[in-house]
Amino acid sequence: MFQPEFEAMPRERLEELQLERLNTLLARVYDRVPLYRSKFDEAGVRPVLGSLEELADIPFTVKNDMRAHYPYGMFAAALHDIVRVHASSGTTGQITVVGYTKQDISNWADMMARTLACAGATADDVVQVAYGYGLFTGGLGVHYGSERLGCLTIPISGGNTRRQVQVLSDFGVTVLACTPSYSLLVAETAEEMGIDPRSLRLRIGVFGAEPWSENMRVQIEERLGIRAIDIYGLSEVLGPGVASECMEQHGLHVNEDHFLIEILDPDTLRPVPDGERGEVVFTTLTKEGISVIRYRTRDISRIIPGECACGRTFRRMERITGRTDDMIIVRGVNVFPSQIEQVLAGIPGVAPHYQVVLGKRGAMDTVEVHVEVAPDLAFDEVRELEGLQRTVRSEIASALAVSIDVKLVEPRSIERSEGKARRVVDLRGSSEGA
Amino acid sequence: MIEQLSVFLQNEPGRLADLCRALGNAGVNMRALMVADTQEFGVVRIICDHPRTAKDALETAGFGVSVTGVIAVEVPDTPGGLADVLEALGVEGINVEYAYCFVEPGTSGAAVDVLKVDDERGHGVLEAAGYRVLRPADLYEPDGA
Repeated sequence: MFQPEFEAMPRERLEELQLERLNTLLARVYDRVPLYRSKFDEAGVRPVLGSLEELADIPFTVKNDMRAHYPYGMFAAALHDIVRVHASSGTTGQITVVGYTKQDISNWADMMARTLACAGATADDVVQVAYGYGLFTGGLGVHYGSERLGCLTIPISGGNTRRQVQVLSDFGVTVLACTPSYSLLVAETAEEMGIDPRSLRLRIGVFGAEPWSENMRVQIEERLGIRAIDIYGLSEVLGPGVASECMEQHGLHVNEDHFLIEILDPDTLRPVPDGERGEVVFTTLTKEGISVIRYRTRDISRIIPGECACGRTFRRMERITGRTDDMIIVRGVNVFPSQIEQVLAGIPGVAPHYQVVLGKRGAMDTVEVHVEVAPDLAFDEVRELEGLQRTVRSEIASALAVSIDVKLVEPRSIERSEGKARRVVDLRGSSEGA
Repeated sequence: MIEQLSVFLQNEPGRLADLCRALGNAGVNMRALMVADTQEFGVVRIICDHPRTAKDALETAGFGVSVTGVIAVEVPDTPGGLADVLEALGVEGINVEYAYCFVEPGTSGAAVDVLKVDDERGHGVLEAAGYRVLRPADLYEPDGA
């Protein structure tokens, strides 16, 4: 553990620290950020809380707030004290800018050092940082943490995969930091170059910045012969280093001395019990440059109940299982397409290609999952196909707690996409019906 | 065993026609075709003159195809002819999963019954009972294309 005094702090002490930091933060943003002052005033809340539970009365911050105050309008420190900015590329237009004070950069380095230590790295490791350097937080974020931990740090940035492989091999790299999908491209490129990726000294992968599945982890670990660790972060809150898996690989410890995490029902915006999925909401407790209060990430996760064997007391969030933007509501139950994908991955005979089709029968909304049968299935037996259909239906019902009609469709009949697959088809507005 | 193609089909107007057209374009001639359907999908079973060519053509056209081994047996063209065949299997405890018939042109005019059984002994039992069980070469070119 890089900072056991925080990472393994008794919960009670941690919660005291959180409340103390939260009140300092609220007073600071009320004083310095006009947006928060007007939000709090409108909601009739005072920026002094008696308990962490009272946070529920404080208004949310959303991505649009940051866009509307582009570029510096939400900074809680004077530009004089800001030493760095990063920005996130808005896929929908306006970029959002975040600023860091000297103290923020230092805290960030600590958190990223914790992340690397969490993954099993030490000062003896050689870290290849293949996240992009620049306005994106990934490269510099990991870089500072790697140096803080004392690792030999290679700031290679993203791209030029053959050179990445050369450096991995020649420099005796032991830790690779990049996106999970890029690690597979690295493995593939190494193989093309006649280098067996498993023969490299590489032993740890620190992967984040995009959602990935457990199946993908297994694939990466086998092909590269490494332990693949999931890390989580977003620039509005910090960048990489918000949460990280430990060597138990069962959930990502949230740096709770720096962030409050809430999991809320995306409709009611009320907290869900630990263990249930909902939207992840963060409050930054120590950030000075830009502070977010109850920032709605739109990411879907849950708190994994119970203590972790690694000894850290920070609670764990599950890997991100989807975005609220993709969420559909079926008979009152929130359903994320990624949950369906997980179920399908575990059933032989079907391909992981599917579409959720929303329709109407009379006044009733209908939901049907179209699932491709695997191309190598034995198609002869109608009974077996019907059995397969029943299996898919019952597995979905038990995983999602709602029953959804399942239709088996022909192999390769669901449209393939180069980028983001179109998982939900809504026919309710059209005349076609279901 | 005779190679039968089993094709998974969605219940959709024109889908069976697409399948037949793909076979036609590949120069495949069908001997028999049987559709087993449920409310939501169908399985089409085909005996044809070039099963491997047919399988490739259908897969290229995007269909899910598998090859199934079935028995093709000549059935006497008399009342009770098929009943006799099935009884020969029944007394041996061999279960018939499905069956369909076709008439092979240019032969004696006897009907050919296609049987899917759950037991390897099926072929031998029928021959022992004196029936003519067709060989692949009787129906198609066994090496495929």
